Amino acid sequence: MSAAATSGRARSSGKTDGSLGTTPPTWMQAILMSRYQFRDYLRSRRFLLMVGIVAAICIIFISLVAHYRPAVVIGSGSAFYSMAWVGGAEILIIFSAIIFGGDAIAGEFQNKTGYYLMGLPIKRWSVYAGKYLAAFAASLVIILVYFVVLLFAGAYFVGGGAITAGVFESLAMVALYLSAVLGTTFLFSSLFKTSMYGVIIVAIMFLFGFALVEGLVEALVGVTPWFIITWAESAISYPITGLPSHAGLADRSIVLLPTYAQGIAVMLGYFFGTTLAGLALFDREEFT
Amino acid sequence: MNPSIEARDLTRHFGAFTALDHLNLKVEGTKCVGFLGPNGAGKTTTLKMFTDLIFPSAGEAFINGISVQKDRRSALSSCGALIETPEIYGSLTPREALELIGSLRGMERADVRRRTDDVLGEVKMTEWADKKVGKFSKGMKQRINIASTLLSDPDVVMLDEPSTGLDPRGMAEVRAIIRELKGQGRLIFFSSHILSEVIDVCDEVVLINKGKLLFYDTLDNVNARLTQGGTSVDVEFLGPVSDDDAKSRLSSIPGVLSWSRLDPRRLSLMVQGGPEVRSQVLESVASLHLGLVGFHESRSALEDVYLREISTGDS
Repeated sequence: MSAAATSGRARSSGKTDGSLGTTPPTWMQAILMSRYQFRDYLRSRRFLLMVGIVAAICIIFISLVAHYRPAVVIGSGSAFYSMAWVGGAEILIIFSAIIFGGDAIAGEFQNKTGYYLMGLPIKRWSVYAGKYLAAFAASLVIILVYFVVLLFAGAYFVGGGAITAGVFESLAMVALYLSAVLGTTFLFSSLFKTSMYGVIIVAIMFLFGFALVEGLVEALVGVTPWFIITWAESAISYPITGLPSHAGLADRSIVLLPTYAQGIAVMLGYFFGTTLAGLALFDREEFT
Repeated sequence: MNPSIEARDLTRHFGAFTALDHLNLKVEGTKCVGFLGPNGAGKTTTLKMFTDLIFPSAGEAFINGISVQKDRRSALSSCGALIETPEIYGSLTPREALELIGSLRGMERADVRRRTDDVLGEVKMTEWADKKVGKFSKGMKQRINIASTLLSDPDVVMLDEPSTGLDPRGMAEVRAIIRELKGQGRLIFFSSHILSEVIDVCDEVVLINKGKLLFYDTLDNVNARLTQGGTSVDVEFLGPVSDDDAKSRLSSIPGVLSWSRLDPRRLSLMVQGGPEVRSQVLESVASLHLGLVGFHESRSALEDVYLREISTGDS
């Protein structure tokens, strides 16, 4: 053992007690946490998997369009971006949530990584928020890669004029929807201490669970399923397609499509509601 | 300020099971204290409440006078803790994992860099500093965990069975690290069920069983109380030794306080004095030509106390 290493317990400025450093504010710890967690995501196999999924979607889509040149897709910029960009982004959001968020909190318990952090002078919500921000950033990177590829593809197939401000507005809507989906994913993940359960529940709910409940609520109860997150999903495409004429209007007492404001409200509601609930759960969870 | 930890009426129930039962304990000063008890005694439960990993059913835990339950950030700011065997994010290198800890603790960059080099050297992981942790063995990960615990140079160090899962060499190295830490003005509180480990490195010992505190005392006092200043020595002969021989020839050797029979060929002598006296006793026993084949110190006083107290608690 190095004598130099252990001698003296050298002190430095900023020390307030027996140890080096002054504990930073909670929000700063959340940012720091997210930075390292993001780095962990970028180096992980799951990130490579997501890159692979994006590459596969892009290659298949561009190959098909280049070969068949379907008018329904390349007939206008609106058609191209609403089908290719919005449709693909919805799939990527769900996959990102499953892959980056499904085990984000449950894994802290199962993998015992939580023990590495929770003995530190840090509030639990810093860890939760840090992991959420990292998952959001990793998902957004994937979605941005897809977005950039499709911008070029759209310019090639439809022409540069197809890239309107609406395309970028829809990117903002995608980011909002992603935040709501990840909030919900983190809540599900907080319910379990086993990664697999978190991933399975998130996959089931977002791949068909919410759609099933939405359909059942409409068909059996005859109520607009505004409280189901996937009901708001359609609003992502509005900046490109424009607001459909029947959005917000009832068809036999059921509103099938939300208005812009309704879509945004549901997404924000899910983001805040699920994040607060997830935080409360994580704060009370014990590392037994 | 003298570093301290204190449990006030610390209690934890898991359903009908009481893991910790109104623990009242104050440990203060720069020293190394062993937290002993058999498996399931409540050691890890106690340490987890000191680090807010689990919550007490009643009572409070204090670090340097600050309640962990009321203000965990302040309480844990001067404490480094290693509970169970944490996993580090696999894609990070030890250097990055330590940077994460340093930044979350608010250490300055220069301090983090300097201390990272220091503590990685202490745990002999310098050459692995830039390899990904995910590929490390359990022992290597535990060394990084220890390094993380020491990074901020904390006043209070809590270690929960730090040598668990390590090979004999790793265990010896962990003990060496703890011995080294003792001389640096810290309070080290570490749980273990390995008596030799506690005897090797600790100044004081806390014994708990079934969630209750059995005693807290210095190792010297434990030794003195049990042996009244003497040392128990096991003596082994080639053949049986009669009670008459033991009584007349062994008891009369200067320094031998008493004897007792372990089996026909083995006796236990209580020897008054240090190594010099034991050396003279050994020479005297050998000169009796009773066929001496073994002469060694018996199990420690702490081991006797441990077994006695634990069995009392079990009955």
